[in-house]
This record gives sequence, structure tokens and C-alpha cells, in this order.
Amino acid sequence: MPSYIGTATSRVDGRAKVTGTAKYAGEFGASDLVYGAVVESTIPKGRIVRIDVSDALRVDGVIDVLTHENRPHMAEAPGAWKDEVAPDVGSPFRPLYDDIVMFNNQPIALVVADEWETARFAASLVRVDYERAAHATDLYAVRDTVRDLQKPFKSSKPRGNASAAYAAAAVRHEAEYYIPIEHHNPMELYASTAVWNGDGKLTVYDKTQGVQNVQRYLCSALGLSSDDVRVMSEFMGGGFGSGLRPQYQVVLATMGALKLQRSVRLVLTRQQMYELCFRPATIERLALGATTDGSLESLTHEAIAVTSHYEEFARDDTTWADGLYTCANTNYSHKVARVDLCTPSDMRAPGATTGVYALESAMDELAVALKLDPIALRLRCYSEREQGEDLPFTSKALRECYREGADAFGWDKRSPEPRSMRDGSELVGWGMATGVWEALQVPITARITLTANGHAEVACATSDIGTGTYTVMAQVTADALGLPIESITVKLGDSTLPQSPVEGGSWIATSIAAAIGTTADAVRAELLRRAQQMPKSQLAGMSPDNVTLTNGKIVSKQNPSHSALIADVMRHGKMDRIVQETTAKPNDIGKYARNTHSAIFAEVKIDEQLGIIRVTRVVSAIAAGRILNTKTGHSQIMGSVVWGIGMALHEETLIDHRFGRIMNANVAEYHMPVNADVHDIKVIFVDERDDIINPLGMKGLGEIGIVGVAAAIANAVYHATGKRVRDLPITLDKLQR
Amino acid sequence: MARTSTAARPSKQTIPTQDKISIALTVNNVERTLQVSPWTTLLDALRDHLELTGTKKGCDHGQCGACTVLVEGRRIISCLTLAVMKDGAKVTTIEGLAANGALHPLQQAFIDHDAFQCGYCTPGQICSAAGLLAEGKAKTVNEIRELMSGNICRCGAYPNIVAAIQQAMGQTGEKS
Ligand code: FES
Ligand code: FES
Repeated sequence: MPSYIGTATSRVDGRAKVTGTAKYAGEFGASDLVYGAVVESTIPKGRIVRIDVSDALRVDGVIDVLTHENRPHMAEAPGAWKDEVAPDVGSPFRPLYDDIVMFNNQPIALVVADEWETARFAASLVRVDYERAAHATDLYAVRDTVRDLQKPFKSSKPRGNASAAYAAAAVRHEAEYYIPIEHHNPMELYASTAVWNGDGKLTVYDKTQGVQNVQRYLCSALGLSSDDVRVMSEFMGGGFGSGLRPQYQVVLATMGALKLQRSVRLVLTRQQMYELCFRPATIERLALGATTDGSLESLTHEAIAVTSHYEEFARDDTTWADGLYTCANTNYSHKVARVDLCTPSDMRAPGATTGVYALESAMDELAVALKLDPIALRLRCYSEREQGEDLPFTSKALRECYREGADAFGWDKRSPEPRSMRDGSELVGWGMATGVWEALQVPITARITLTANGHAEVACATSDIGTGTYTVMAQVTADALGLPIESITVKLGDSTLPQSPVEGGSWIATSIAAAIGTTADAVRAELLRRAQQMPKSQLAGMSPDNVTLTNGKIVSKQNPSHSALIADVMRHGKMDRIVQETTAKPNDIGKYARNTHSAIFAEVKIDEQLGIIRVTRVVSAIAAGRILNTKTGHSQIMGSVVWGIGMALHEETLIDHRFGRIMNANVAEYHMPVNADVHDIKVIFVDERDDIINPLGMKGLGEIGIVGVAAAIANAVYHATGKRVRDLPITLDKLQR
Repeated sequence: MARTSTAARPSKQTIPTQDKISIALTVNNVERTLQVSPWTTLLDALRDHLELTGTKKGCDHGQCGACTVLVEGRRIISCLTLAVMKDGAKVTTIEGLAANGALHPLQQAFIDHDAFQCGYCTPGQICSAAGLLAEGKAKTVNEIRELMSGNICRCGAYPNIVAAIQQAMGQTGEKS
């Protein structure tokens, strides 16, 4: 029987995706379907004095216009709007709740018409008078209003005395780094189709990373009972964190369907998606003090990130060094400053992507000051234990990442002086950085239905947002039941399936693999129990641990000639199927730090006259335990590296702060890497055996691939040019200034 | 097409939208007639009128390439094309590439090379690549990269997309 775990198995949903049959949220129809279009505020802050929808209503084909004045009932209490991943502090945004405007492009009306072009046209006829209030959207302008978190992170206790140690250190580096607002920009537009089922019940097809989260949220916010709403998301055209929380279009579409008692589809425009959520702009200050041989004596990392006025969103940027470097004196602080924008959100490795960019840029600058090779500095400070709580790691093969990454890159041929390497008219720069992320696991439930014909269905309400969940679920189930992968059907993205938290944080693959494992154990135990009831059973007296399932049989491990055909067992038991469902919780492994690690090496080539920067090569060496699927896993890391290129060189949301309005809310002027921007990317999974973290020794891959990439590129740009740009993205003009 | 009645509302004069125009399209070798407004794009005609949702909308502004289809064998951006402009034309969408259940070589190559993650840009990438192959211009990896740069993949599958296109071109994948 082939084993699928650990192999380069092609996506089981690949055919659906390449033939156009995979259906996304805005693609479901209904015979009574009508279309919505959103009207947005044109001021960043204030109050709606008057909203005139009369012209919109006169448009031939318009059915209704919903505003705060005529919308259906919704919950008043802010708590009713808190979803599973809402910030603890603050009150979530309630679309069309009242006349208050909290950010520019806030949705203030929903036009519903028989065609979407009509709805869009009518939306342009809604007239609004406002009372404006003073606003601020620039982090630098509100920097002096910065405040401590109302709900501080657990992990940021100071160690030793960082400022005294800094003052006394032989070699010091201090600098400020800046990461602008970035937007997720998944290729699929945010969309919801709320299908009115006639009996007052709704099926809502939604673009989300968590169908059960959305389902509970809709019930709570709109006062529906749990069996009134089913939320579906079998395919999602990218999330990257933007679909962790329910987005406003699902509320509007559902409200429209409730009010009109018919099916409503609402697809946002690309521009509207810029006011859903974003990665917060962050200022990072690093102060590093070291001995002349490169031992870290003092490490201060302070971050100030934006949040909205109505919620405190914060992810820790500042404690990542604890998983990487030994240092006796540290001071970490993460603070927020409020601006008149919507609440920021998680975006690929939140906290780490930004914080480690700053940390690893600063480490590079320290290496320059010490005249030390950047890898040598990192090895000098290498921590064998997590520093914050002084814990051992379940595993940490970061040394192997440095070594294998450096070998593959050819790092030993680097000449350390800036501007010392060239290729024709181009300056060549080589830079490196470290990455770190958490290896998380969450409680999740899997159901397996094994039928007598040798087919199995595995089901869970989780999502596949492109991460490969369908495929890894099929692989793990096939191995556990001893079936070919073609005999496995995977069901996910349906709120009526067994429970799952939102898909994010790199926790789903590991968690669902564990749940499938325990569920398959239950299937095997049940089959064995039934087999042992058969006359003259060859398996009498055996325990479930003594047998495996393979090729449609239950087989004794000790004596493979002792077996029973699963089909016979079921026939004898007069069953056509066995159904088992179990929940796997993170196993209690005691006090360990659980992390993934990486080393990233980047080559840039820069036209000396024009300043054009190309990232010609990236090597990413990843330590993430056992890799479930090397093919889809490779794609996750490669895609993350592309994100790192975008972060380093392209991505920046530009706001005209006079109007508090985003200027480049489209995918042409918000620059993202395109095919020609991406050259060689080599992904290495280093061998990292982890017998502690979970039975499969897995850690998750969704986030680790982006962490450190922007720093490696920024360090390469410095090496090429001798110019240190500390505010991202590194654009041509910044090299000239 | 009959419109949903708006007569139930107060009798103020309605603001008319646009009169429908009848057009014919040969989509994936099937002749279709449809009634569309002048402002309806080819993309919306395919997705909303013909229920061919394999063609994707990622921006509606000609910036992302998700809506790429083949018209008379040439790749075009269907969100920047009004349906009425293509009356009588022959359109091929992602749904029409596989022949008799056998995947088009590009479709198979995209699966083999894992040239996607979420799959949302994929129909556009594949149609664009089919157009690229027909153009016969791209010879090197850098030319493929350049000539595929109108199709954004936020999942960042670019190197695999290039490898898949090379496979479909019958190249070895070694060339750079
Ligand atoms: S939808 Fe047509 S180019 Fe983006
Ligand atoms: S596969 Fe997700 S955007 Fe390309």
C-alpha cells in the first residue's frame, strides 16, 4: 500500500480548479437571485445628516435600497458582533447600524436590483449629506497619542536591564524601521450569495476562512436561530488572513435576503475591498548592544502599530528574538496608535512578518558594525532554549537551515564589502535573514464514513483557502485506512460539518491530521470489534494497536496472514458503513516552545544608473518538522517568498491624509509582484525530526515562508549599494535620496 | 427579457436603464443567443447570463488578467470588452479547453507543476498561456515571464506557472 504522507501528491481538487468547475462564493445562482451594490461614505469621520435614495429607487430594475434608516433588525450590543477572532478590546463594526461614519469608504447603503449593473448605476445616484469631524490617518501624525495595550501580551516581561547594558556595550546599533499599510488583495473579490430557501432558511455562500465562525456571527448579529443559516465555502480564492473575520458583505447580503425574502448576491469591487482590513502600518525601533565578538548584551524592540478607534487590534511584533537569540537584557514593548481607518487584521504571519523584518535588518546592521559575517553573528547568539520563559524547543533545526541554505546559495563566495560584487552594469547584493513562527495546534473534529465498497469520506467544517487542506486530508485518511487516495472523498467548507476553528496561523494541517488519526483509530477499533464477533475470527484476542488497515483488510501486525476482509466484516455485521467522529485537542506535551524556523538568502541585481532592483535568486531553507505534502508545501513557501519580494520592493497602501482616503485602491497602483518580478526561488525543507510536538512530528507551513524574506532582500540591497533603506518598500527613489 | 416590475412603488417617473440588444456568441463551440445591455461586459455576459463562471473577475478594470478568455483564438481581457462588441464572435473559455473529457496539455501541466494554490487566477492564467502558445512569441523563460505578467497570481505560483507552460510547450524545463 503506498504511503501518501510526506510525498509530492498533486492536489485532489486540481482538476476542478483547472477546468473552471470549482465554484467560489459569488458564483452560486438561484431562480430568484437579485444583485447588490454598496454605497460608501466619502468622508473619513462624522455623521450622515441626510441620505436620499429617491433617485436610486426610481431606476428601472431597482428593488430596494437599505440604509441605517430602514434596515432589518440587528443586535445592538457590541458583544453580539464579536466573532471567534475579534479583538478582545473594542466594539466591532456593525454595517448600516447607525448614522456614524468611522472611516472613509465605509458601507452606508445597499442597493438591490435585478441586474448588478443596474444596482451599481443606482448606487451612484444615492445622495448623502454629512457632518464632518476632524480625522487622522497618518501614523506619524498620531504617534504622540500612542498608548499601551489595554490587553497586554503575556510574553513581554523585561529581562535584566536593557538600557544599562546598551549604554555599556562595546558595539551598538540603534535604528527605526517602518512598514506601511499593506493589503491582502486575494484575487477573488469578496462576495456572498445568500440563497433564500423558501422556508425562511438561508444558505449563505461566503468568501471566508471560517464557515462556522460566520454562521455563529450571523445568528448572533442578526438574531437568527442556528438552524436558520448554513454557511458554505468549498473554495476560496485566497484569504491570507483577510477572511478570518466575517466581512461586511456577508451581513449586507444576508440582511438583503431577509428583508426581501429572496436570494441576494453581493460582490464587492476591488476598491471596496481596501476598506475591509489590512496589515497595520508599524514603526519599529531596535537597539542592539553587543560585545566585540558579537555576543548580544542588550536587545530592545519597540513597535507602534495603527489600530482603529473602535477596536484594539494588535499582534506582538517584538518578542520574536526570544526564539532565536540569547540575550540577558531585553526590553520589548508593542503599543498602538489609533487612526480613522477600519480595524487592521491578521495578514500572513502577523507580528512576525513586520517585527522580524526589523529585527533581522538590525542584526545585519550590527554584523556590519562588528565586521562579522551575518551568519556568524547569528550563530554566535544562537539560542538552544526559548529565552522568554527559558523553555526547551520541541525541535529547532535552525543551524541546518543556515548551513543548507548557505550551501545551496553559495554564500561562501560572498565578498563582504558593500558594492564589491557586480554583473556587468548591475550591482550585485547578497543578503540573508532568519525567520521564526509558531507551531500551533487547535481542537478540531473529523468524521470518517467508511463504506463497505471500500470508499471513505472524511469531513470537517474547515476551509481550503488554497493551502491544500483537501489534499492533506485525503492523504492522511488514505494512509490511516490503507486505501488508495482515489477512494477518499473530502468534505469541507460547510458549517453543518464537524467543528473547526477558522483556518489561519498555520494550524489547520497539523490539527486536522491529528483528528483524522484519532478518528481512523476509532474506525479501526470498531472494525476489529466487529471482526472478532465473526465465527473463528483470526483476529481474536487482538487489540486495535495490534492491527492495521490495508488493501481493504484488517491485518494482524505480527502475523500478516491473519486478517479479515473489511467488506466481509461489514456484511457479517449487517452494516453498509461505519461512521466515527472524534475531536483532537493539542496534546499536553508539557513545557516546550513550539516554533518553526527558517533561513532566507537573497540575491539582488541593481542597475546602477536607474536604480531598478531585481530579486534574481532566493533560497529559503525551512525547518518545520515533517512535511505532509512536499508539493503543496513547496507552493506555500514559494508563494510566501513572492509575498516577501512584494513587501520588500512593491507593496504600500498610499493614503491621502488630507482626505483620509486610500489613493491606490486597485491592483495596478497597489503594486504586487507579477511573473516578471519573480526569478529563481529554491525551497529547502531541512530534515527536522520532532518526536515531541505531535505523533506525526508536523508543524505547519502557512506563515513561516514569508517571515524574514523582506529583511534578506533589504540586506542584499544594502550589500549591493551601501545604502540602508529602513522604510519599506525599497523603491528606486529611496536609493537615490 | 422581462424586467422585474417596479410598478409597486410610488408612481414617480422611473429612470430607465438601457434597452437590451440581442447578440449571438459561439462559446466553446456552442452557439448562444443572449439579450444584453450595452453596458454588460463580455465577462458578466459569460458569468451571469451564460452561467460560465469558470472565467473569473478579480478587478473588473483590466488590471489582473483573471478574466482572460480567447476570442478567435487570441487572448483578451473580457472585463474590458463589452459583450455587444463581440456579436458573432467565437469565444473559448476555460470550460471549453478540455476536449471529450481529456484535459488540455496546459491544464494537465498546471496540475503536474502545482501551478496554483487557491485556483482563482488559474482559468485566466491557462487561457492566457493558451493564447501565448498560439502567438508563438515566447521562446525563453524570461519571455514567458514577461508575456505572462498581465496575469496576477496573489498566491505567488509564478515559477510553477512558467514550468507548466514550458511543459506544455514541450520544453525540458531546463532552459533559462
Ligand atoms: S477582471 Fe479583468 S483584468 Fe481583472
Ligand atoms: S492560485 Fe491563487 S491567485 Fe493564483
